[in-house]
Amino acid sequence: MPLNTLIDRLFGRGEKSAKHVAKDRLRFVLMHDRADIPAPMMEEMRREILLVLSKYVEIDEAALDLSLERSDNAVAVVANIPIRRVLESRNAPPTL
Amino acid sequence: MSTTGRVIVITSGKGGVGKTTTTANLGVALAAMGEKVAVMDADIGLRNLDLALGLENRIVYDIVDVVEGRAKLRQALIKDKRNQNLSLLPAAQTRDKSAVTTRQMQQLVADLQEEGFTFILIDCPAGIEQGFKNATAGATEAIVVTNPEMASVRDSDRIIGLLEAQELCNPMLIVNRIRMRMVKNQEMLSVEDVQEVLGSSVKLIGVVPDDEVIITSTNHGEPAVMSDTSMAGKAYRNIARRLRGEEVPFLDLDEKSGFLEKMLRRFSGKSR
Repeated sequence: MPLNTLIDRLFGRGEKSAKHVAKDRLRFVLMHDRADIPAPMMEEMRREILLVLSKYVEIDEAALDLSLERSDNAVAVVANIPIRRVLESRNAPPTL
Repeated sequence: MSTTGRVIVITSGKGGVGKTTTTANLGVALAAMGEKVAVMDADIGLRNLDLALGLENRIVYDIVDVVEGRAKLRQALIKDKRNQNLSLLPAAQTRDKSAVTTRQMQQLVADLQEEGFTFILIDCPAGIEQGFKNATAGATEAIVVTNPEMASVRDSDRIIGLLEAQELCNPMLIVNRIRMRMVKNQEMLSVEDVQEVLGSSVKLIGVVPDDEVIITSTNHGEPAVMSDTSMAGKAYRNIARRLRGEEVPFLDLDEKSGFLEKMLRRFSGKSR
């Protein structure tokens, strides 16, 4: 290890070590690999989520984004669902 | 006699991580310990185990000749003159993986057991296709060889899943080509990192340092376990002993690093 890297690391200002980067990336990719949700299932999930939400709000379907992402130590389904307006007939929470 | 030999497939998913080197070294080491060993090259079309063992000049018949009835199993087996306990069943070089079926592979393994081999080591081809399925079909135990490197660990994880699907659960793990100096400097995944990422379903059976002797010994057709000074050779001998049920402590990594560093310094000082 070069001296300046060592000093940087001692003072906590160095970049994350190559090993830690590799381990983090590996953990993430393995979670994805292991979760192994097939595309048709993702599509089905997306469709059903839309169905439920449509009871309360009007959704911009084209902009809906559903993906698997890392969240700390687990794989998370992350959805970004733009809402056009809340349907008046329902008392949907405004923060949805 | 119904003494059934152990059938161990050596696999990795990714190519170039040291499956063939591992098979050759464990074969030679186990034979030196008095086991009757058959090493089978299941990489049909890409024959390499013969080179690692220095037996390439002695091949007359291969695995496909046996399967297609042109040769008896005993005719195709090449006995190593350096140690009569070791026999090689070579792969065919000019055929492809479809030349042998899964069932034929299982039959071959059964026939080798009938011959009285106590260890049958199967060198699995890279990949997860038919060649992998064939090589694992007759095995009752599996060794996964991995390098402390992202692509290799990822592929190993996949292979572990596929092995479990073939009821080869709790495979043994060899971390190969580790560079202790890089691990120390946090530049390379450590053995613990690899184990942690792969989970507890694998059990570590050996750690082999990246050793230039592997290259020179392969060039000579003499596996590194034949050398008393090679650290990789020593690591492989330890794995062979563990396979036989001996409790062998893992090589002290720091000591190994010190030794390697010393050697590297000595060599680079002289030759560069």
